[in-house]
Amino acid sequence: MSTKFLIKGARIEGGAVADILTSGTRIVEMGSQLSSAGATVIEADGFVALPGLVDLHTHLREPGFEQSETVLTGTQAAAAGGFTAVFAMANTNPVADTAGVVEQVQRLGDEAGYATVRPIGAVTRGLEGVQLAELGAMAESRARVRVFSDDGKCVHDALLMRRALEYVKTFGGVVAQHAQEPRLTIDAQMNEGEVSARLGLAGWPAVAEESIIARDVLLAEHVGSRLHVCHLSTAGSVDVIRWAKKRGINVTAEVTPHHLLLTDARAESYDAKFKVNPPLRRQEDVLALRDALADGTIDIVATDHAPHPAETKECEWSAAAFGMVGLESALSVVQTTMVETGLLSWADVARVLSKKPAQIGLLTTQGHDLVAGSSANIVLVDPAVTRVFGRDNLVGRSHNTPYGGIELRGAVHTTLHNGYATMLQGSLVDATTVAAAAEEVRHG
Amino acid sequence: MTARIILQATDIQRALTRIAHEILESNRGAQSLVLLGIPTRGVTLAHRLSAVLENIVPGSHVPVGSLDVTMYRDDLYQQPTRTTSPTDVPVNIDGATVILVDDVLYSGRTVRAALDALTDLGRPDIVRLAVLVDRGHRELPIRADFVGKNLPSAHDERINVNLMEHDGEDTVSIDTVVAA
Amino acid sequence: MRHLISTLDVTRDQAIALLDVAEDMASVSQREVKRLPALRGKTIVNLFFEDSTRTRISFEAAEKRLSADVINFAAKGSSVSKGESLKDTVQTLAAMDIDGVVIRHGASGAPLLLANRGWIDVPVINAGDGTHEHPTQALLDAFTMRRRLHGAGSRGKGLDGVKVLIVGDILHSRVARSNVWLLRTLGAHVHLVAPPTLLPWSIQEWPVTVSFDLDAALAEFAPDVVMMLRIQQERMRDAFFPNEREYSLLWGLTETRFSRLSESTLIMHPGPMNRGLEISSAAADSPQSTVLEQVANGVSVRMAALYMVLTGEREVSDVH
Repeated sequence: MSTKFLIKGARIEGGAVADILTSGTRIVEMGSQLSSAGATVIEADGFVALPGLVDLHTHLREPGFEQSETVLTGTQAAAAGGFTAVFAMANTNPVADTAGVVEQVQRLGDEAGYATVRPIGAVTRGLEGVQLAELGAMAESRARVRVFSDDGKCVHDALLMRRALEYVKTFGGVVAQHAQEPRLTIDAQMNEGEVSARLGLAGWPAVAEESIIARDVLLAEHVGSRLHVCHLSTAGSVDVIRWAKKRGINVTAEVTPHHLLLTDARAESYDAKFKVNPPLRRQEDVLALRDALADGTIDIVATDHAPHPAETKECEWSAAAFGMVGLESALSVVQTTMVETGLLSWADVARVLSKKPAQIGLLTTQGHDLVAGSSANIVLVDPAVTRVFGRDNLVGRSHNTPYGGIELRGAVHTTLHNGYATMLQGSLVDATTVAAAAEEVRHG
Repeated sequence: MTARIILQATDIQRALTRIAHEILESNRGAQSLVLLGIPTRGVTLAHRLSAVLENIVPGSHVPVGSLDVTMYRDDLYQQPTRTTSPTDVPVNIDGATVILVDDVLYSGRTVRAALDALTDLGRPDIVRLAVLVDRGHRELPIRADFVGKNLPSAHDERINVNLMEHDGEDTVSIDTVVAA
Repeated sequence: MRHLISTLDVTRDQAIALLDVAEDMASVSQREVKRLPALRGKTIVNLFFEDSTRTRISFEAAEKRLSADVINFAAKGSSVSKGESLKDTVQTLAAMDIDGVVIRHGASGAPLLLANRGWIDVPVINAGDGTHEHPTQALLDAFTMRRRLHGAGSRGKGLDGVKVLIVGDILHSRVARSNVWLLRTLGAHVHLVAPPTLLPWSIQEWPVTVSFDLDAALAEFAPDVVMMLRIQQERMRDAFFPNEREYSLLWGLTETRFSRLSESTLIMHPGPMNRGLEISSAAADSPQSTVLEQVANGVSVRMAALYMVLTGEREVSDVH
């Protein structure tokens, strides 16, 4: 397994063209006409080089839901999407609410080697929303958890949310809230709006998200803590975050790729591949989210990659599971909706998909600028490709993508994780090779 | 595609009069007769025929009705869905002499459907068929008892029956359909 | 018309044609032999996942009058109650070479899936899906209105200028939705009255006028038709309105309200009725009430729907 790579002629963060020479786990040199002695050469003319992408919101499903995804298959999907780090949400079975489970998830990720897996700890025991989970134990464990979330569910009890925000200050952690007032979204199926009224599907009103965010930013301000808001989906939520930041509240926010592209009109076919939580919203919301990502009100893009088995999507809408896979398509969707429209530069893409997520998640080993001395976590993107997205582009265990048949721009060419390739020239590197390379890095 | 007029208004009138006489001759009078026209123009012709019969035999009453055959057709799954027309049978047809009336007799399938429809309505003693035009090319063993005009035709020709009540004039014409 | 899923998709011409065919179907019920051979040899499955004796019997009568062979599938006690998915249930039927499906399901959208997902390739008629649509109900309601208002001269006519007031739980009513789209298509003016909690949030997008006060609506809108919708008990538990007494007081067609109506105003109800809750017996049993005709007309209209959907050349099926 090569530990030396020479990437020739890439546009560094979309800017100046340069060669990148890596050796071991580091970028050792950057410049032009670098010597390729002993290195695997990757011709990158026309490609964009970005720091390896970091996903602050992924569902790896293991332990407990291995029929949908495992840490291995999920991180393979990550590598195919250009991600070198993923934060794994806690709604597994058993829930990641103890040191034992988070350490297990971390170990599985390290052994697979495709990406750095940072387990997220649950805020409440069993995600039940009643009692705080062992946040300190998880923080102190080998997994060194810093991000806590009950995602899938909302920490809706105001007192519990206050306590959680206060408690994580102990170790500089952050609570990532899935904002959904449960009493306003009983059996909700899709965005409450003109489409849901016509389709006869129970509505998930925007106010159920906005009211929780409004409450939480004020709580964060009151107790002097840091808050992160998951998958913002409405224009109203954007307004709340904007107001909070102006006020100096320490809040960060994420948006998913699908909320940058798709609207609730997709539900007209009743095809449950478009069923997701929070739901697809109106075109006005999509545009507001894009503008907010462009102006920094929304800090990052996070996939909320949510694998589900086929039978939970090939059925009537109200019986179907909520969620879409998104690791393999994320960068293409961001390029299509934000770069091609001139809202983000490639340097901005590096910020929202790598640097800022690493910062929020306190992942110090990734999300660096591409300079000599940085860790060799790099993704090479061919921005000139146009492809009709389909099942062939998915490498994870599940196939519940909403992008089937949709034209997307750009494709990941190569992904380097800690100096070794996990994706090479458009193909995923096999598991044995990657595991061996990861082992070498651990003991080297 | 120029239409050749075969029958003018007076020809149609004479044909109906002759058919009326033939009916009266075969039925030995106007008793027990019921005329059932097949929509659309068959009904109009049935009304005219009834008027002529009642004129020839003063004091007689020849009831007229309509018999829609749409639901009995054998080509429901080969042709675009057709809308139906009313079936209106003013008297009990059990034991009656029913004369089915239609404008053109061609393959015979419409009449076959009419006979089936009739069976579900009652049991006439006798059923006869009167048509204004018989254009040949039967596909079933069906024949008309009373014919206004025999008009042998080719498959690529079209017979047009226009009646004043529907089309503003009384004519029967033939033209060649230009192949699509 | 390959499928009948939603009245939103039915054009004015199609609707009037269907209602006209229904006129002819109605006369079959008066005959000695109540049968037409149009669907002879065809097998129709009544795929009912929700309990509904009335609608199922109505469809069964319609299918048999057209000489079809009928198979009734009730979800209770079937493989579905053991956890079989909709897809597997439908594909099993497809393997038995049936010719048409009439489906009633508790989930909005189920009939459209049958029409589009490729699990089965036969015409689909929606007999009610969740809170989405119930197109044959709207068609029989329109047929009833047309007959009452135009009598023997109904053929070829729509409901242009007719004022229809619909009262009740619009939010959860598939009957309301199907009626709103169809009545609009046929040229009627529709006004809705309901407690604000029982109206869809974006009701202003619908081609209707809306108000909350029933007495004012009856006086000012002066409807030709008043259609009362059934109130379900569960709605009280979810805080849509405080209790039955208050609902009846404000939105019920009480004897008092009924007495203020003109004698020509039609009173309609899709059934089953909660006498004393949304409709008083005085209204329900009056000569203006069309409740029983609606049931009779249901068979004729469903015969017409089956005929329109199942006959005709096979078109390429509508797969997305």
